[in-house]
Amino acid sequence: MLIRLLRQHLGRYRRLLVVLLALQLVQSVASLYLPTLNADIIDRGVVTGETSTIWRLGGVMLLVTLVQVGFSIGAVYVGSRAAMGFGRDVRSALFHRVTAFSAREVALFGAPSLITRITNDVQQVQLLVAMTCTMAIAAPITVVGGVVMALRQDAGLSWLLAVSLPVLAGSLGLVVSRMLPKFRLMQERIDNINRVLREQITGMRVVRAFVREPQEVARFDAVNQDLTRTSLSAGRLMAFMFPIVLLVINASSVAVIWFGAGRISRGEMTVGSLVAFLSYFTLILIAVMMGTFVAIMAPRAAVCAERIQQVLDTPTSVLVPHEPVAALRERGSVELRDVGFGYPGAESPVLAGITLRSLPGQTTAIIGSTGSGKTTLVNLVARLVDATTGAVLVGGVDVRELDPEVLWQRIGLVPQKPYLFSGTVATNLRYGKPDATDEELWAALEVAQARDFVAAMPGGLDAEVAQGGSNVSGGQRQRLAIARALVRRPEVYLFDDSFSALDLATDARLRAALAPHTRDATVLVVAQRVSTIAGADQILVLEDGVPVGLGSHEDLLVTCPTYVEIVDSQASTREAA
Amino acid sequence: MSTQVEPEPGSAGSTGPDAAPVPGAAPEPKPAGGPPSAGPGIGRMGALGMPVEAARDIRSSTRRLLQRLRGDRVGLLAVVLLALASVSMTVLGPWLLGRATDVVFRGLREGGASGIDFAALRRVLLAVLALYLAASTLQYLQSYLLAGIVQRTMYRLRADVEAKLNRLPLRYVDRQPRGDLLSRVSNDIDNISQSLQQTLSQLLTSLLSLIGTIVMMVVISPLLAMVAIISIPISLWMMRTVTRRSKVRFIQQWGHTGRLNSLVEESFTGHAIVKAFGRQREVEERFRRTNEELYRASFGAQLISGIIQPLMMLLGNLNFVVIAVVGGIRVAAGSLSLGDVQAFIQYSRQFSQPLTHVASMANVLQSGIASAERVFELLDAEEQSPEADPVTAPAPRGRVEFDHVSFSYDASRPLIDDLSLVAEPGQTVAIVGPTGAGKTTLVNLLMRFYELDGGRITLDGRDIAELPRAELRSQMGMVLQDTWLFGGTIGENIAYGNPGATDEQVREAATATFVDRFVHSLPAGYDTPIDDEDGVVSAGEKQLLTIARAFLANPSILILDEATSSVDTRTEVLIQRAMAALRSSRTSFVIAHRLSTIRDADVILVMDAGRIVEQGHHEDLLAAGGAYATLYNAQFAAAAAEVA
Repeated sequence: MLIRLLRQHLGRYRRLLVVLLALQLVQSVASLYLPTLNADIIDRGVVTGETSTIWRLGGVMLLVTLVQVGFSIGAVYVGSRAAMGFGRDVRSALFHRVTAFSAREVALFGAPSLITRITNDVQQVQLLVAMTCTMAIAAPITVVGGVVMALRQDAGLSWLLAVSLPVLAGSLGLVVSRMLPKFRLMQERIDNINRVLREQITGMRVVRAFVREPQEVARFDAVNQDLTRTSLSAGRLMAFMFPIVLLVINASSVAVIWFGAGRISRGEMTVGSLVAFLSYFTLILIAVMMGTFVAIMAPRAAVCAERIQQVLDTPTSVLVPHEPVAALRERGSVELRDVGFGYPGAESPVLAGITLRSLPGQTTAIIGSTGSGKTTLVNLVARLVDATTGAVLVGGVDVRELDPEVLWQRIGLVPQKPYLFSGTVATNLRYGKPDATDEELWAALEVAQARDFVAAMPGGLDAEVAQGGSNVSGGQRQRLAIARALVRRPEVYLFDDSFSALDLATDARLRAALAPHTRDATVLVVAQRVSTIAGADQILVLEDGVPVGLGSHEDLLVTCPTYVEIVDSQASTREAA
Repeated sequence: MSTQVEPEPGSAGSTGPDAAPVPGAAPEPKPAGGPPSAGPGIGRMGALGMPVEAARDIRSSTRRLLQRLRGDRVGLLAVVLLALASVSMTVLGPWLLGRATDVVFRGLREGGASGIDFAALRRVLLAVLALYLAASTLQYLQSYLLAGIVQRTMYRLRADVEAKLNRLPLRYVDRQPRGDLLSRVSNDIDNISQSLQQTLSQLLTSLLSLIGTIVMMVVISPLLAMVAIISIPISLWMMRTVTRRSKVRFIQQWGHTGRLNSLVEESFTGHAIVKAFGRQREVEERFRRTNEELYRASFGAQLISGIIQPLMMLLGNLNFVVIAVVGGIRVAAGSLSLGDVQAFIQYSRQFSQPLTHVASMANVLQSGIASAERVFELLDAEEQSPEADPVTAPAPRGRVEFDHVSFSYDASRPLIDDLSLVAEPGQTVAIVGPTGAGKTTLVNLLMRFYELDGGRITLDGRDIAELPRAELRSQMGMVLQDTWLFGGTIGENIAYGNPGATDEQVREAATATFVDRFVHSLPAGYDTPIDDEDGVVSAGEKQLLTIARAFLANPSILILDEATSSVDTRTEVLIQRAMAALRSSRTSFVIAHRLSTIRDADVILVMDAGRIVEQGHHEDLLAAGGAYATLYNAQFAAAAAEVA
């Protein structure tokens, strides 16, 4: 997974990576040359006491160092570009993918998890790439070069490398492989923390109203403890790494001196060579340690990459057709042909056997008890989900063959939960039509019966709106959402229980103002109140996802017992007044 | 950051006030607010989104972060001692190895090839090996302990943030972008934990070995030591120059991460709207911009902090050459053994290595501090007024009085102005009026979600501001327009207001509120998992669930704010009947748009623009022909016109 993610998103930086490699190569070679110079200084300068040689070689050494530093900085520059660019690209790819998701896929992962993935998980992989680019990439070069140089100094001691390197690699591998599952668990637990907190923030009023703070604290404490436990056991495993590396390095240098002394005593080696060999040895092992640094990051990054890839690999259930139809065949009609919808694995479908046709200028109302599938029907027309059976046609074209952009341009949706974005009244109203003039906005507000309160807000159209619209009342939110749809002047209006938070007088005024506005449009209205929909051209009555009546108010009063029940339930409360 | 690493040269043991977690070693903790610059808590400017104030905050954040580690004082002391022991051993290593080289060298000089005293060499080397083994073991123990300390500290930090959330006034939370808040708790705390975990152990080890190395160098040759020590101020200066620049980037990086998180949170929450309004492109464009800013900041941070290591390397090598030259002269003059020079050279490497380490660790730590800063900002936010002392109250009767109450969310726009009302025990008070008249605000005030600007609200004669919030709220049952379910089963959600409820009671409440009916159609019944966002239950069903919740809580005062707006009317009629029973014995506040549903109320308050314009019985108000009559007639006429 990690490899795949890297291949896909680092590919763009191939050229940068080649440059990086070249820079690191020069840098490593320079750093490998230093111990040789070092040995020369000792053998030819310090031992013999020739100060001028020391100066000369010292000058060369400084020069080499300068080259190394220059190239290192270059490598850091290039490496950071690639690593951070990689992070940016993955975030962007993730965001793009999630935006294309339908509501189903979003629900599948859950918004909190998607949020963690796009920030925290990407962060982890990005960190790994950055570390690799700036540190670990030089490690293999240094190891290979170091081995060559060490062999040149003294081949007789090289078998020591053949012992210590595998020992080091093996023990590190053991630790890393045990860390992997811990990190997987850790990322899941970060998700949990996020989920609980997000719930607590959104539900703060309810939590406080029911005095559930202690229980919420306990609930958080449980996930907090889980995370702490996992992080702790990962951290304790990690504690093995550096002592192991240090021990191997140090023990090896002891061995080098011991066996080196033997070779020196036999005249096979000079003291300078011994020191140089020791330096190379240390250099190689430090390179391995650098690799270890990255190895520490790798398990967690691998898990994160998997989680990222999971999102990237999830196809959206609302697919864009290969050759989308770019135009409607007729103006904004809506037709449902024997449509059904069910969640995978669910026993009974949410909707079944819905057939309906509504033309521009007509209003079709949908009524039915709570949970009867009304919202799903609206979502089908807006293609937020796709029908599992049958076909939904807008403008005479199956929505699945239509360019989604074209479809959404034609639709004005007012969802049941009228979500507003943080910004101003104007930015929210222009959401569906960025170039709308202020006059258009006011006109829409007028129709939505929202003109007065917007005018009374400080700043009017420029008044601030908090995330979700939490700083305006439920009814105001609903009216702003209606105005937002009106600004678009769509061909199809979808009102999903959009009048529920309005008092009846406002509701009536709004509908009266709406009528001329929607004269040329197809209107689908989901509602609870009979008064809201009685004037509709046709009314679809749903019961448990199945149509039990379709016709005008008068027809249904005669033909549909369910409808009569609904009407009676509302009439009785009124008559009693 | 400037105080991050400022070991005063030569003075062993002092590692600068903020650098290593010396607090463990220094028994008296400095009081948190000691220096004037610390200033946590009260009076800190503005909301979380405010641009971060410069170095002073960083410095105090560093101090506060390290102070938090003190929770494990004993553990910290152990870590410091272990580090001290393992570092001394590591530091002694090269010196012993130098002795070994001396043995070899002496043998060469004196007796030619066969003159090496292998027995002596073996002794020395075995000692070194034992030393290294012990050092590694101690280091492992130290890291092991430190992992515990860091994780426990992070645990406490998260718990503190959670506790803080419960003490924050809603006024504050309502204004925060949710995504940014979340980012602080997850991304930032995770970053702190990672940087502490990575750096603390090494920072400590590096600093100690730096000191140890200096000591050893001075022992071997004070002259050569001078040469090495000179490089300390230089490297400190370099470190400072670099970190000062990277600091800004790290602050930006985590700030942008928070902003990106907000944007993502909002776009994912409003996912359907984004799609249906064809706004993907714009949203992606906004994302792209924030993402680009984040990229630029993280690139800058990475680059600048990456430069430090090569720079230190340069310094280290410079150091080496000078030492080699001076050392060579001394050896030639016969005043220093070759082994000493070799040891010295190794020390000078060992000396620049921790320095380089400290420098790069300082940068990682800085990233952590930038995050800590954001977490502390949250922890410092002003809290709601402190809780009153619990009082042993007589059984509540439920008399509620608003006494000249005034309130506004925003000082420039008074919302409720000099409002007075009385609800007698057992009465049903209906509040009607146009949207935005301040009806929901009344609920917010009664629940004490917000504090009054003027006047007072009393419950059974006691000012609610003088009651502990929990006590006040436990007497209230609230059903809001905006439903909220937490991730759990349906049964757990119903029992939310009464955790001790038995399954039977849950079922009873569910039956009374018509939840039972649809729960039966779900695959796992009451054990069906739900949360606030998935599509398992519809909006109307959610409202039913929240009503069941209030029903089960069995409060003495009931507040219904548009509780049935998304429920279909047939169900609503049935619920109304159930609620009538529920209401009979308690004081209820009912906000409803449908006037027919509240005509039985004992008192109907007609609100407009934050004031009560009329109050009385349904019939009286109708007869009076005022605002209520107008509202009612408009509604009735409209409804009748449509239905007829």
